[in-house]
Amino acid sequence: MSILINKDTKVIVQGITGSTGLFHTKQAVEYGTNIVGGVTPGKGGTEIEGIPVFDTVSDAVAKTGANASVVYVPPPFAADAIIEATDAGLDLVITITEGIPVVDMIKVKRYMEGKKTRLIGPNCPGVITPDECKIGIMPGYIHNKGHVGVVSRSGTLTYEAVHQLSTNGIGQSTAVGIGGDPVNGTDFIDVLHLFNEDPDTQAVIMIGEIGGTAEEEAAEWIKQNMTKPVVGFIGGQTAPPGKRMGHAGAIISGGKGTADEKIKTLNAAGVKVAETPAVMGETLISVLKEKDLYNKCLTHNV
Amino acid sequence: MNIHEYQGKELLRKYGVAVPDGKVAYSATEAVDAAKSLGTDVTVVKAQIHAGGRGKAGGVKIAKNLDEVRTYASEILGKTLVTHQTGPEGKVVNRLLIEQGCDIKNEYYVGLVVDRATSRIVMMASEEGGTEIEEVAEKTPEKIFKEVIDPVTGLMPYQARRLAFNINIPKEMLKEAVKFMMGLYKVFEAKDCSIAEINPLVTTGDGKVMALDAKFNFDSNALFRQKDIVEFRDLDEEDEKEIEASKYDLSYISLEGNIGCMVNGAGLAMSTMDIIKHYSGDPANFLDVGGGATKEKVTEAFKIILSDKNVKGIYVNIFGGIMKCDIIADGVVAATKEVGLTIPLVVRLEGTNVELGKKILKESGLDITAADSMADGAEKIVSLVKA
Repeated sequence: MSILINKDTKVIVQGITGSTGLFHTKQAVEYGTNIVGGVTPGKGGTEIEGIPVFDTVSDAVAKTGANASVVYVPPPFAADAIIEATDAGLDLVITITEGIPVVDMIKVKRYMEGKKTRLIGPNCPGVITPDECKIGIMPGYIHNKGHVGVVSRSGTLTYEAVHQLSTNGIGQSTAVGIGGDPVNGTDFIDVLHLFNEDPDTQAVIMIGEIGGTAEEEAAEWIKQNMTKPVVGFIGGQTAPPGKRMGHAGAIISGGKGTADEKIKTLNAAGVKVAETPAVMGETLISVLKEKDLYNKCLTHNV
Repeated sequence: MNIHEYQGKELLRKYGVAVPDGKVAYSATEAVDAAKSLGTDVTVVKAQIHAGGRGKAGGVKIAKNLDEVRTYASEILGKTLVTHQTGPEGKVVNRLLIEQGCDIKNEYYVGLVVDRATSRIVMMASEEGGTEIEEVAEKTPEKIFKEVIDPVTGLMPYQARRLAFNINIPKEMLKEAVKFMMGLYKVFEAKDCSIAEINPLVTTGDGKVMALDAKFNFDSNALFRQKDIVEFRDLDEEDEKEIEASKYDLSYISLEGNIGCMVNGAGLAMSTMDIIKHYSGDPANFLDVGGGATKEKVTEAFKIILSDKNVKGIYVNIFGGIMKCDIIADGVVAATKEVGLTIPLVVRLEGTNVELGKKILKESGLDITAADSMADGAEKIVSLVKA
């Protein structure tokens, strides 16, 4: 079991003929992801790397039965691509594209209200269910199949956490990057909810960063609903206020969104927060041992 | 991206939002000419820097005649203003806004932001104009009124009216106030703002509703379609290294310390700063080389770090996903060959093409300390810099 994606997920790639789209399509195919098609307007009817290319998302869905899409389309056209995928009735749209104007994302979210399509991202590494399906740009080899869920606002920090788990024999059920933009499709609570209901996930690592109040809201939800242990980390503990630390969403403004505030709230909700990014794995393992879940979560020899 | 008050007011004027008449001046003579052409009894001389709190720092003066305009203009131009938003080093004033004085009856606050919780643009208004809105939010949150805006309809007149009623704008000025708010929202949406703040918005003795100040911040992701906003950019307001970095699309922020950092990904870059601090070191910068970096981009990033005279050591921490380790390695080797390397360099590589990356570094013959993990690398660079 896992969340969001598994071996049966049929994926189309929007922007498959671009250099980023193509490179990561090849990597995904190599990993074993079931990529059934690609979409590049004007290139319908051709093939790339043996994968059929379609002009529109609805064509691709009709011909392949795809239920998920990954978007590598450049920022000026990305909002259009997400809405097209939603209109075609896909279950899941994972948007890797970084740099989409926030006004565009506000419209996208408004459009998606009440629709069945779930958006992950934008500006995220994607989602991986180890040994089954990899959708996105994360390096596949660091993952191991297992029982710990990972959810994060930051791409590379997700890899860091996964790597620390894998090198300690702890596999992952699914790792989800929700992205670093202020307006995104799926938030911490959505993913925590899914992990909470997934019988195969025993514990969760949640990686946040400065800016906004998503971690505080997640803490409140965890306190009320979460039946599984959650371990946290907050990036940017030493970041100066008023400076945008790369991610559009990572900025401390008006004294809000500080790491201290987030850590305090998470601790109060029973979430143990790793002191440094180097001990995310260690911190999780200590909690697994406390809760007597360690043996259950130990999946491989290292 | 930030712009100056006078540029913000130009924008507002274009969208039918009332602002006092004014002109930009770069010298005392230009200031006097501007005041003459305004022809008002009272003229306001306002320092133009990208920071709030100018009044308290002596950057805003009211002149009653042209001699006073000249005196104040000469006094403020070239002066370094230190406000709560400039940092201790302050900012030098190179531009002035010469503006007509107006007969202020009341001061209010109106602002627009992107609200993450609702994923909508929200307009906020308060009767407590002229003060820091954060302070109002902290002490008397009930005095801030909000309207969440549906992107399909945009701000509706009834919402603007409701705000105007809530903040007690006199009934006879209601129409003016609504027009003001509607115009402000149009600017925000059309120009891809991330913040628009009018503090204070004033009502005047002659029945007008005007923006006395204007603070705008623009979504840098949208600048590709906002060419006229990009023209407003004032490079004097930015850090030289940050300007250089932005040419290569690198996300760079100068800090006070002595350990230069080169990292991929914003989250990892922030966390690398955190872990350096944890080992009692001090990062000199935040630098995210991003996902699609080329060898050239990495080389430039390295050169920017080395151009900082405070830097006594460099820590490269890469976890390749979209970014390939061999490209980082190529860039590091090319940069050090080009500019020379006399300070310690610690490199930690993991992720896509890691073996190839490590091989390139090893075969380069450069004096590079390899690290096995993020913590290992941080510990090593801190001790090398202290040695």
